Amino acid sequence: MQTATTDAGAPVLQARGIGKVFGQHRALDGVDFEARAGEVHALLGENGAGKSTLIKILTGAYQPDEGEVLLNGAPVAFRDPLQAQAQGIGTVYQEVNLLPNRSVAENLFLGHQPTRFGLIRKSVIEARAREVLATYGLEIDVRAELGSYSVAIQQIVAIARAVELSGKVLVLDEPTASLDRNEVQRMFDVVERLKKRGLAIIFITHFLDQVFALSDRVTILRNGRKVGTERLQDVTATDVVRMMLGKDLAFEHHPTGINEGPTGPVRVEFNGLGKAGRVAPFSLKLHEGEVVGVAGLLGSGRTEMARLMFGVDLPDSGQVSVDGKPTTIRNPAQAVAAGFGFCPEDRKLDGIFGDLSVRENIIIALQAKLGWFRALNRDEQDEIAGQYAEALDIRAANHDMPVKLLSGGNQQKVILARWLAIDPSFLILDEPTRGIDVGAHAEIVRTINRLREDGLALLVISSELDEVVAYSNRIVVMRDRELVAELSGEDIAPAVIVKAIAENNTGAA
Amino acid sequence: MKLRNLSFALRPQYAALVAVLLINWLLFPGFFNITWQDGRLFGSVIDVLNRGAPVAILAVGMTAVIATKGVDLSVGAVMAIAGAVAATMVTAGFPALLAVAAALAIGLACGLWNGVLVTLLDMQPIIATLVLMVAGRGLAQLVTEGSIVTFADPVLIFIGTGSFLGLPTPVVIALALAVLATLAVRRTALGLMIEAVGVNRSAARFAGISSRVLLIVVYAFAGFCAAVAGLIVAGDIRGADANNAGLWLELDAILAVVIGGTSLLGGRFSIPMSVLGAMIIQAMNTGILISGFSPEFNLVVKSAVIILILVLQSPMAARMVARKPAAPEPAAARRTAR
Repeated sequence: MQTATTDAGAPVLQARGIGKVFGQHRALDGVDFEARAGEVHALLGENGAGKSTLIKILTGAYQPDEGEVLLNGAPVAFRDPLQAQAQGIGTVYQEVNLLPNRSVAENLFLGHQPTRFGLIRKSVIEARAREVLATYGLEIDVRAELGSYSVAIQQIVAIARAVELSGKVLVLDEPTASLDRNEVQRMFDVVERLKKRGLAIIFITHFLDQVFALSDRVTILRNGRKVGTERLQDVTATDVVRMMLGKDLAFEHHPTGINEGPTGPVRVEFNGLGKAGRVAPFSLKLHEGEVVGVAGLLGSGRTEMARLMFGVDLPDSGQVSVDGKPTTIRNPAQAVAAGFGFCPEDRKLDGIFGDLSVRENIIIALQAKLGWFRALNRDEQDEIAGQYAEALDIRAANHDMPVKLLSGGNQQKVILARWLAIDPSFLILDEPTRGIDVGAHAEIVRTINRLREDGLALLVISSELDEVVAYSNRIVVMRDRELVAELSGEDIAPAVIVKAIAENNTGAA
Repeated sequence: MKLRNLSFALRPQYAALVAVLLINWLLFPGFFNITWQDGRLFGSVIDVLNRGAPVAILAVGMTAVIATKGVDLSVGAVMAIAGAVAATMVTAGFPALLAVAAALAIGLACGLWNGVLVTLLDMQPIIATLVLMVAGRGLAQLVTEGSIVTFADPVLIFIGTGSFLGLPTPVVIALALAVLATLAVRRTALGLMIEAVGVNRSAARFAGISSRVLLIVVYAFAGFCAAVAGLIVAGDIRGADANNAGLWLELDAILAVVIGGTSLLGGRFSIPMSVLGAMIIQAMNTGILISGFSPEFNLVVKSAVIILILVLQSPMAARMVARKPAAPEPAAARRTAR
């Protein structure tokens, strides 16, 4: 159905059978992609789906291991992004990669200024800059420093620069992530103008409504493979979410027997917790022996919610109570003191102490809770590390080796062990199974079920719907930085979750 | 455990120290002669220990700072401030012990200032401490009113040139400080916390470590160490020279820490090894002086030896020793590495 009529021109940039391998990890496998003149082509996928790898290959930052890239039908092999740029492919990133302390005009023409006898002709540059920006509906003082303008205007300048330099393909990598609604609209107007000029525009974002508002076609990647390319007028938001999360159209509800809802007394209660610009105020109770799953697309505020709960970010509204007592949590140290644990999404950045030993990585939170002067001696450390390493089946040659030498799954188990060692009452797991192999995957899921039986309250954030459905007593759904639904009982089914995630986006299409 | 001890004995720092001492001995056969005179030990080796004491003391504090992925450039200037305060106070008639206490308190305060800049204002350590490195010397000159303040106070002179149990006082102080600091970090959880913050400050925060308090303590300690070193140098020359006391010694201290094997990227650290590093540096200095070479050689030789030690410590050397053929890396991996 997607090739019946082409409302856009000929393919400008094509990728055929692209494959890319990093070490043991296959980032892309046989991916086809094409961007046509005069179309906006959205590229969607969850973290690790291969979006950025594909973009880096298209823009010359990486070289493909398999397959080929064609520009106007002819195979090309870009050495680096500069060469890709020279041949017509410009990229604009979320963060503006320009010089805030130079003028708008200088930024537009940096590196290819019109010169006479080797001298830069400032007046010519400024006149040209005004001319160029006028075509983007931007009438600003081009002599002013770029940094004195809003991010939206800086973005448009970055786009103008990319288009002036390249002029065939424009890659927009999450350009709207740091913009407010009006600014997004302004950006969209610019993109519409460029589309009419016949550019092929590749648009990467996490915001589904923006995809539907702006794009003609969408290509969805999942786990390094292409799920499909669809014309947006032919699909609904629910279809797109399904494709992103890897759900068949005919999936059904698997009764798991654990979906009866809360059992024990309330362990933690968050009441109106929120932070402007991060997460809208939400209220949530977690009971002893309960797993609450958090579903939602990337950027929907899932991680932000967890960070507020753990005091990583400071909430500007709301209260927390633990076991019925009001508790102040203004930083992670206080959260740990209150018996909270948090396995963060980015293991390497926020979780693992790479150079420290497995043993030290396991005992560190307990030691932080005990304080500086009640040091665990070596025997106690060995015992604690040994106990949890065995309980979680952490496979390490010995517990004195640096934790960075362990596999991803074992590192994840080390962080889990770290929190179990403080005997927590409430544990937050943010994407606990991301980036680990299938075996370890199943083990983590088993561990979650075991911890529930032990009476812990758990909050588990995951993009894997099958998983969330399998272990959650309740599921909360995040959308646009807001808690929009709480599902329990019969509603704990992938179909219901997908619908809740996609709901208001359907109207935007 | 056995393996650990073996690798400990094979550390390149030991080899370097032995080599430097050996060369000193070849150039100057009397190098290892030690005599007992007037109730204290004399000899070139004692001289190395004595002259190396200030840098060793700085290195003790610097080790903790560098282990947190920081650096303290101000310690040389803090030495000058501490010396200036003590000297000015004793010449003004205050009791010597009060002057010493004031100097130490000033050092602590300087360290606190650095700590506050680094943690609360989140400045980069190299810039935060550069402020005091430059301003500190000015402060010291304000205290001494631009002149060299000389004194004849027996307590301060004892700190710089006296002897205790047959060893020069600076050596005893350095040794005591190094031992106490090592016990303080290894018998409590401080050492582990410092390493954790140095390896991954974000993860430390997530694990519930109050890295701000820890960092402030570490910088304050470095300031305290600098004040101790400043008192020794002032006592040694019986005067406070705001312009030259401790000049460039922060660099020697950083060098000592790096030679001792603590990475500038933070993490694992060893205070005893840093002290050893300070001794390697001083052994080279002394060797060049007593062997009759002109002091101009000093810097060149020092750099050569340091490069040698750093190469021996590098992962490249470890690979070569392990005789593991370097695996060809994929192009992408090479780009992201480092």
